[in-house]
Amino acid sequence: MPRTLTHLERLEAESIHIMREVVATAHKPVMLYSVGKDSAVMLHLARKAFHPSAPPFPLLHVDTTWKFRDMYAMRDRMAETSGMELLVWQNEEAKEQGINPFDHGSLHTDMWKTQGLKQALDHYGFDAAFGGARRDEEKSRAKERVISIRNASHGWNPKAQRPELWNVYNTRLSKGESMRVFPLSNWTELDIWQYIMGEGIDIVPLYLAAPRPTFVHEGQLLMADDVERLERVMGRRPEITTRSVRFRTLGCFPLTGAVESEASTLAEVVQEMLLTTTSERQGRVIDRDEGGAGMEKKKQEGYF
Amino acid sequence: MNELSDNAYQPDALIAENIEHYLAQHQDKSLLRFITCGSVDDGKSTLIGRLLYDSKMVFEDQLGQLEADSKSVGTQGGELDFALLVDGLSAEREQGITIDVAYRFFSTTARKFIVADTPGHEQYTRNMVTGASTADLAVILIDARKGVLPQTRRHSYIVHLLGIKNVVLAVNKMDLVDYSQDVFDKIVEDYREFASDIGITDFVPIPLSGFRGDNITQAPSDNTSWYTGPSLMSHLEQVEVRGASAGEEPFRMAVQWVNRPNLDFRGFSGQIASGVVKIGDTVRIVPSGRTSVIKTISTFDGDREEAQVAQSVTLVLEDEVDCSRGDVIAASDDPPETSDQFEATIVWMGEEAMKPGRGYWLKLGTQTVTAKVQQPKYEINVDTRAKLAAKTLALNAIGVAELHTEKPITFEPYAENRQMGGFVLIDKLTNATVGAGMLNFSLRRANNVHWQPLEISRADHAAMKNQQPRVLWFTGLSGSGKSTIANAVEKRLSVMNRHTFLLDGDNVRHGLNRDLGFTEADRIENIRRIGEVAKLMTDAGLIVLTAFISPFRAERQMVRDMMPEGEFIEIFVDTPLEVAEERDVKGLYKKARAGELKNFTGIDSPYEPPENPEITVNTVAMTADEAAAAIIEKILPLK
Repeated sequence: MPRTLTHLERLEAESIHIMREVVATAHKPVMLYSVGKDSAVMLHLARKAFHPSAPPFPLLHVDTTWKFRDMYAMRDRMAETSGMELLVWQNEEAKEQGINPFDHGSLHTDMWKTQGLKQALDHYGFDAAFGGARRDEEKSRAKERVISIRNASHGWNPKAQRPELWNVYNTRLSKGESMRVFPLSNWTELDIWQYIMGEGIDIVPLYLAAPRPTFVHEGQLLMADDVERLERVMGRRPEITTRSVRFRTLGCFPLTGAVESEASTLAEVVQEMLLTTTSERQGRVIDRDEGGAGMEKKKQEGYF
Repeated sequence: MNELSDNAYQPDALIAENIEHYLAQHQDKSLLRFITCGSVDDGKSTLIGRLLYDSKMVFEDQLGQLEADSKSVGTQGGELDFALLVDGLSAEREQGITIDVAYRFFSTTARKFIVADTPGHEQYTRNMVTGASTADLAVILIDARKGVLPQTRRHSYIVHLLGIKNVVLAVNKMDLVDYSQDVFDKIVEDYREFASDIGITDFVPIPLSGFRGDNITQAPSDNTSWYTGPSLMSHLEQVEVRGASAGEEPFRMAVQWVNRPNLDFRGFSGQIASGVVKIGDTVRIVPSGRTSVIKTISTFDGDREEAQVAQSVTLVLEDEVDCSRGDVIAASDDPPETSDQFEATIVWMGEEAMKPGRGYWLKLGTQTVTAKVQQPKYEINVDTRAKLAAKTLALNAIGVAELHTEKPITFEPYAENRQMGGFVLIDKLTNATVGAGMLNFSLRRANNVHWQPLEISRADHAAMKNQQPRVLWFTGLSGSGKSTIANAVEKRLSVMNRHTFLLDGDNVRHGLNRDLGFTEADRIENIRRIGEVAKLMTDAGLIVLTAFISPFRAERQMVRDMMPEGEFIEIFVDTPLEVAEERDVKGLYKKARAGELKNFTGIDSPYEPPENPEITVNTVAMTADEAAAAIIEKILPLK
């Protein structure tokens, strides 16, 4: 007699189903690995989906060169543990032009991330890319399909998305098209944390509070992960104070706001999250760039 | 403003007091997926916004934004417009309507909820069918001022068509009819009448005001003291989730992917569509009809004893049966049918109307085949359920038609199993999903193909020849007598009515392997190919004799590993080098000694004698015929 599965069991089974379906039908899949907690869960699910084989696709890290050092360490460690090939892509053009988060604002995200991602996908010829986006992250994501079809220039047309019924996914592509696949579509922030705790998934220590060198820049509390580099780019040495901080999301360290916190265990982090009365993404500068429609606009341009 | 901050997200007191306890409570929540059906005017978005708001899922900053938006673009005269919480894309925010299926999430202590929010304008059929396909429950909204409308019939019909068993009749906007019990009772009676006509036998009616919040989280509200049922939220928390009770269904799992990390592991991955599977269960592969036994249920967290419906697993079988993506592994005593002709109910979703007779890709579970839909038997008017004559189905039309697939597919009627009976149709040119359908029944009645394997198996081939396939692999130095003895053995077997074939240098070197020389790499490839050919011949049921020097142990082992256990018989024709060289039937040793032949085994290339051959024959002590007789003796019986 079957029992009622828990919500996490149902979500896990659904994500695994999606990954296997794509691997069985795509020519050249890849997993976009951003090293954050959602990526950690997605990678864990991939290892479950294909066990005892290693997941039959590489990990792709679209690097901006401005990630936290802990993230690079975690990235290399996970590639080794999972037995997967790790591909790292840095946009050469952005590198040559010295694009950085201080002088170039949203151009930094556009060139390193949006353009970098497109370049990498075109370079390797991947036709399917797994991403860790969730529908609960942002309003325009609520309508995103699990399999999102992109045209040859990676653009997203919200009016031409395919209906998804039952657990039947149409993974057929026309010439030039590719698909972004979101196996975590139906997970929420809390589901992710509960799963990380339940499964003992390794995450970047930056999610837990610890004394860290910080400075205030344009109203945001940032971490001085690489002071020399900051000094070079900012033209001055930021005023550094050691504070007990953690991060709710992880990206480029000059773009990711820290929150002051004493939560040094996962349970305490979740406790703080649940006790907060403001919405999730306040720590990430990117959403506020262009008003309420920021993320939606980025998606139409090919951002993940 | 007071009400506003009171209803902003407020954490459960337990979170601060004992987070571990709180998390433990939430770890084992169940999941309910539901759909809300109604038009813009029924206040659907408002109701969903209200559920989010009342379950404290809306944060302070979002409420601030909501308050500002309500004043600038709201439709509630400046009061809080909850619909704004769920309207997503900027285009539709401007138009004031939702245009697609959106999924919302909220949770309470008891459950996590996923709401499929679908619009109520002209695209409603496509979107609603999509949202309903994954829902366990449907909330059908009615505007209390208007009562049961044609669109209510439409929504109810689609809910029933998609097989949703749990229905809530949400009589909304009760605040606009003065919370009148008479109005409510009348609507419930009206609905009951036509619901039973459609086939909905059971539903839960709740009087609501999404705008004012009546009976959303607590019932009865002050305004509806006459109401005796549950609040919407508590019903959603307590209703039994479909699937949990459906325990008697037979096991089925469509194979998605064959997991083969190495030669020692072959697992079949998929999500279980129904039933339970345990180690030791006998299962049948459909359509081949082969049976095997579950050996292990492999997971990342270790092997399990059993698995059940909705779980994604990897099954390992006891036997090496053919099984690949698209096959269904099922309970052996109750397997699903296969057929290539069906009656189906089809919902058309493409901008371009359906083309009867055109080939579309049909995807059902993990099977993808070409399917042709006939001219519809009729289209269904979803408002009246009248059957209309139709030549085709246009966007958002629902009809019943016959459908033929190019090859048989494994299925169950949709009413019995959603995963095994629901399919999508894909345009072969654009690859767009243009239709969805539900198989009603097969037009060819019970041909029971699954009781007879469709393929002639290895065992069948052997049985027809009344023998046990074998490879008699003769190995030894050049001139040791391998070919002579193998020929003698074959003659004796032929007299015994055995079906045999002898592979030797003459029939292999001149054809299959004529591109190979005598370097070490070529000699290895030579043996590999001979091994593969021998394997194919044993698959066909033959007793194969091979007579090659095959000097290296590794290659002989490689061939042994290709065969099922016990079928590879290594026969060492043991002749000392000096004896072979003395015989030198073909004058090869002489040439090799003279340096005219390179890489000659025994002279300038090594021979590795077998360490544990099944049979050794000593050609110094016995004649070729005696050796043949000894070999036959050892390999009997051959059945």
